[in-house]
Amino acid sequence: MVSFRLPRSATALAPASVPPSGLPGLDPDWSRIVDVVESSLADDGTTPGASHAWHLLDNGEQLAALGAEPVGTILCVHGNPTWSYLWRDLVAQATAAATTGRPAWRVIAVDQLDMGFSERTGVARPLARRVRDLDDLTRALGLTGPVVTFGHDWGGVVSLGWAVDHPEHLAGVMLLNTAIHQSDTEPIPAPLRLALARGVLGAGTVTTTAFLDTTLALGHPALPAAVKNAYRAPYRTPARRGGIGGFVADIPVDARHDSHAELDRIAESLRSLTVPALLLWGPRDPIFSDRYLDDLSDRLPHAAVHRFEGAGHLIAEDVDYAGAALGWLAESLVELSPLVELSPLVELVEAQTAPADVLQPLWHYLDELRDSDETALIDMAPGKGTDPRVVSWRLLSRRVRGIAAGLHQIGVRRGDRVSLLVPPSADLTAVLYACIRLGAIVVVADAGLGLTGLTRAVRGARPDHVIGALPGLMAARALGWPGQRISVNRLPTASRRALGVSYALADLISLGRDEELPEPPQPDDVAAVLFTSGSTGPAKGVVYTHGQLSAVSRALHAQYGVGRGTGLVAGFAPFALLGPALGARSVTPDMDVTAPKTLTATAVAAAVAAIDATVVFLSPAALANVVATQGELTPADRAALARVTSFLSAGAPVSEPLLASAAALMPGASAHTPYGMTEGLLMTDITLDGIREAAIDDEARGPGGVCVGRPTATTRVRISALDETGTAVGELSEAPQVTGEIVVSAPHVKDHYDRLWLTDQAATRMVTPGERWHRTGDVGHLDASGRLWVEGRLPHVITTPHGVVTPVGPELAVSALAGVDRAAAVGVGPAGSQQVVIVVETVPPATRVGLAEPALAAAVRGVAGQPVAAVLVVPHLPTDIRHNSKIDRTRLAGWAHGILTGARLTQP
Amino acid sequence: MRVLVTGASGFLGRAVAAAIVAAGHEVRCFQRRPSGVAGATDALGSITEPADVTSAVAGIDAIVHLAAKVSLAGPPAEFETVNVGGTRTLIDAARAANVQRLVFVSSPSVAHSGASITGSDALPADPAHARGDYARTKAAAELLALSADSPELRVVAVRPHLVWGPGDTQLVARIVERARAGRLPLLGHGAALIDSTYIDNAAGAIAAALERVDAVHGNAYVITNGEPRPVAELLVGICTAAGVEPPTWSVPASVARAAGSVIEAAWRVVPGEDEPPMTRFLAEQLSTAHWFDQRRTRADLHWTPAVTLDEGLARLAEHYRTA
Repeated sequence: MVSFRLPRSATALAPASVPPSGLPGLDPDWSRIVDVVESSLADDGTTPGASHAWHLLDNGEQLAALGAEPVGTILCVHGNPTWSYLWRDLVAQATAAATTGRPAWRVIAVDQLDMGFSERTGVARPLARRVRDLDDLTRALGLTGPVVTFGHDWGGVVSLGWAVDHPEHLAGVMLLNTAIHQSDTEPIPAPLRLALARGVLGAGTVTTTAFLDTTLALGHPALPAAVKNAYRAPYRTPARRGGIGGFVADIPVDARHDSHAELDRIAESLRSLTVPALLLWGPRDPIFSDRYLDDLSDRLPHAAVHRFEGAGHLIAEDVDYAGAALGWLAESLVELSPLVELSPLVELVEAQTAPADVLQPLWHYLDELRDSDETALIDMAPGKGTDPRVVSWRLLSRRVRGIAAGLHQIGVRRGDRVSLLVPPSADLTAVLYACIRLGAIVVVADAGLGLTGLTRAVRGARPDHVIGALPGLMAARALGWPGQRISVNRLPTASRRALGVSYALADLISLGRDEELPEPPQPDDVAAVLFTSGSTGPAKGVVYTHGQLSAVSRALHAQYGVGRGTGLVAGFAPFALLGPALGARSVTPDMDVTAPKTLTATAVAAAVAAIDATVVFLSPAALANVVATQGELTPADRAALARVTSFLSAGAPVSEPLLASAAALMPGASAHTPYGMTEGLLMTDITLDGIREAAIDDEARGPGGVCVGRPTATTRVRISALDETGTAVGELSEAPQVTGEIVVSAPHVKDHYDRLWLTDQAATRMVTPGERWHRTGDVGHLDASGRLWVEGRLPHVITTPHGVVTPVGPELAVSALAGVDRAAAVGVGPAGSQQVVIVVETVPPATRVGLAEPALAAAVRGVAGQPVAAVLVVPHLPTDIRHNSKIDRTRLAGWAHGILTGARLTQP
Repeated sequence: MRVLVTGASGFLGRAVAAAIVAAGHEVRCFQRRPSGVAGATDALGSITEPADVTSAVAGIDAIVHLAAKVSLAGPPAEFETVNVGGTRTLIDAARAANVQRLVFVSSPSVAHSGASITGSDALPADPAHARGDYARTKAAAELLALSADSPELRVVAVRPHLVWGPGDTQLVARIVERARAGRLPLLGHGAALIDSTYIDNAAGAIAAALERVDAVHGNAYVITNGEPRPVAELLVGICTAAGVEPPTWSVPASVARAAGSVIEAAWRVVPGEDEPPMTRFLAEQLSTAHWFDQRRTRADLHWTPAVTLDEGLARLAEHYRTA
């Protein structure tokens, strides 16, 4: 029996009905009333043989009228306190798909009994009863397979109950935010505890509309009033809301609850489900937080997962879940094409260029050089005012094994996720390789994301453990990041307690004295989740396997000759961390690692001298400051720098003058700048000479862009041409002088995105089946000699009546004008009839926003190469937080549109 | 073709008549005063006089109808009589005389409710929401004309937007005159994007519509240069071409709208019948964006503007230099 008392009104009876007309998005033709005879279930209060009427949405008749033969049925079950209205977009989209000849899915979306417009039965319906009710209904409908269930909230549980009971019909399961299991060790979510509190349950759910109102307020963005009203339509009076209270009362708060056993049965049966599964998740859910997603992923490890950053509990209202679901069905159930790893062509390329041996694991040199007293690492300034710290291969190797064994001792296992909040240092290197050797997955997010972005990234990556220096641990504690916490430094007991730190690195090393290590991970095992910059929306987790990371280090070796014994100045983190994997001797210069632009020329020279470095890796910001501080160099410093044979500026494009100035400091070095992204760290490379050569090649430049050189040895670059709407629709092609999306393939390209199934699909759209390609979202072209030119980002392409315009060409031309510092080209107006607007930062900077002076406007129009509707001047162009160099053109376009329609002159 | 051009003594009407003459057609101009168009004949009379109209359309194959009451002020009944009544009279007479084609010259203001227009195509004329008597009656007249479209009488509506050029005694002359007197303010910050139509382009598009009416009848098209510019840049361009100081002072758009009649007075167009369409609420017009998607217009009319904005301004400057 239900252990909570509900008001008398909850037992009111009422027949089923159809929804009132005029609810937004709901077609009255979908509504059906179906009488269903109830089957018996041991000892519940219901009457076997009684008949109850259901209201449901069903597009079956519309499909029949279209002459479309359904490929299967999607059985949708809403939660509490919604109704089948939740699924209206799915019914509409499924029907629309059938009209255009795509696979026709019949959608049946039920109103559970006592809910929506179905009958009010007057008796409590615990979970087991509800699962049986759904079974009674599908029998009455004569529903047979293939059936894909789709559930939200507690409807997710009911739908899964049906799923595990009908393996003969089941073709797949889909879920929006739901929960199938309540951990014994963690309390149920606070809002539900409140709803269940004595005296609150009845009042909150039945007598008043509080529970309903609270739920309907969870939309991101807020639901339109008409939609809220539609959700309220079946729940106008207390007598209509008994089901809402009944559902809340049926939440199995603990093992003594009536429905606990049934929930457990379903949750356990889930582990044996092998049909394709899709989890669409809104992380901003106060009830079904990410931990329930973790639990579901654990039970359905093969499930495709997409977390819609920013969406919440009412994910069905927040995002296009219907399009995502139908797209997934088409991929997963209709056209099955398994992804084969690495095409023959890629292997062929590798065979020609790579050493004969197979990919070495990342810890190869740590094993090979375990007894070597040669230097592995030098940290020029491990603390403020400290002397350099020199670490031999022997010590590094022992440290890595010790930490790995210690981590294993405290329960860190292969496949566990470990978030590293440690600034670049010898400690970071040791911890990183320890995790790698152990097979734990390292999660690396850059502090440059900002605290909000970092929090979102760390939460989304759901680490099991956090290893951090003090600032990272404090943030982890304050912001409630998940995971067991390990401190790099030994902390006073009080701080340990306050920060929730269970171990310090030194503890691990002593625990791991025996260096007993489990079997190493395999090349196909996941090694790392690296976060993107977030310059194009929320930061995305990019997943690399061990094999793919080994391929990154091999690509670095092939391109820059970094290998066993090379002295490497590691001023650019992602590549620098690979030093030990390459067998290189690396040195971290004296700099504030969180502020690369603090790196001085003297510090670089000292680092070079300390390790006899021949290779220098820097970020563009660091490079600029090195050039700016060259006046402080002594003759000895200059002599050290003259021994450098190559240097690299990675992370963002650098200008020719800056690269040339740096090259003058290292006269013996070839200057390089690569093109890559978090998803593919080294795709093309160009030297200073190459940049100069390209600068005078007007024909190759085409519509403009930055020349980023030729693909590295194992990389293939193709272009997917744009159509007039700015969409990349072309087949992958090497044809020169065609502008389109840049698509890359290499052994060192990422494996996939973390829990972003839709993003994965988009990044591998229309590529050669069986090959691993990545659509970069950048636009550009190849020239006749095989060089790649980057023309901008895909979403920033301007679609004018005369054709598409890519932003970088006009921007470079305008930036070269006297009196102009930086420029941005954006489009205003509807796609296809957009006008080009140029926004400039002047020298000296303007004090306020306004139209450019006539002379400047004329000069801009003279060089832009495109008709320009307006030229605006701003004191400062908005840039993304991480790079402080990439102009936020999307934001700028929205701002320009406002100004140019008469809005107030605000800062962009 | 024998073509009747109504309202050919106005700035746009004269240019249209000349363009049609140049295309090799026989042109008769119908208005109250002699048109002065070389190579065309005149039939003098009033568009509101059925007898005048009947005799004007006799023996005609196609009509280009520009005659309208354009001014900003005046009794509403007069707009109704000229713009709606005149159009009705003309259509009746055209049907009776078996005229096969009608190009109705309209204005984008017929579909403008006051909000910014940014790159959209021509929307249906909407008398209920059009601003002011001119736009409202032109909207009603355009609906009347398009509803007369039939296999026997093929009708197309064209809406040139903000026509200007050398010899324009209205828009350009008024701007220049006010600027010279230091009484031309900018409304708001002057960044609102506004498209306009150089006179030759407007005339060319209307002549093109006449050639294409058999294929595109029943439709309405907005005509512009397809080169939107911030309104301040346009004003500066026109003032510079005319050799006067551009405006240097501005009135906040909100103040301008509140004091609409005052600002309107500064921009007033002298009442007359034969001018090109002129928008009514200039305060609103000059502080909100108005530019259009020209792709359908150009594809359907087989027309592209022959004179760019910059070339137009150069010709205007030349005109003022030699005037």
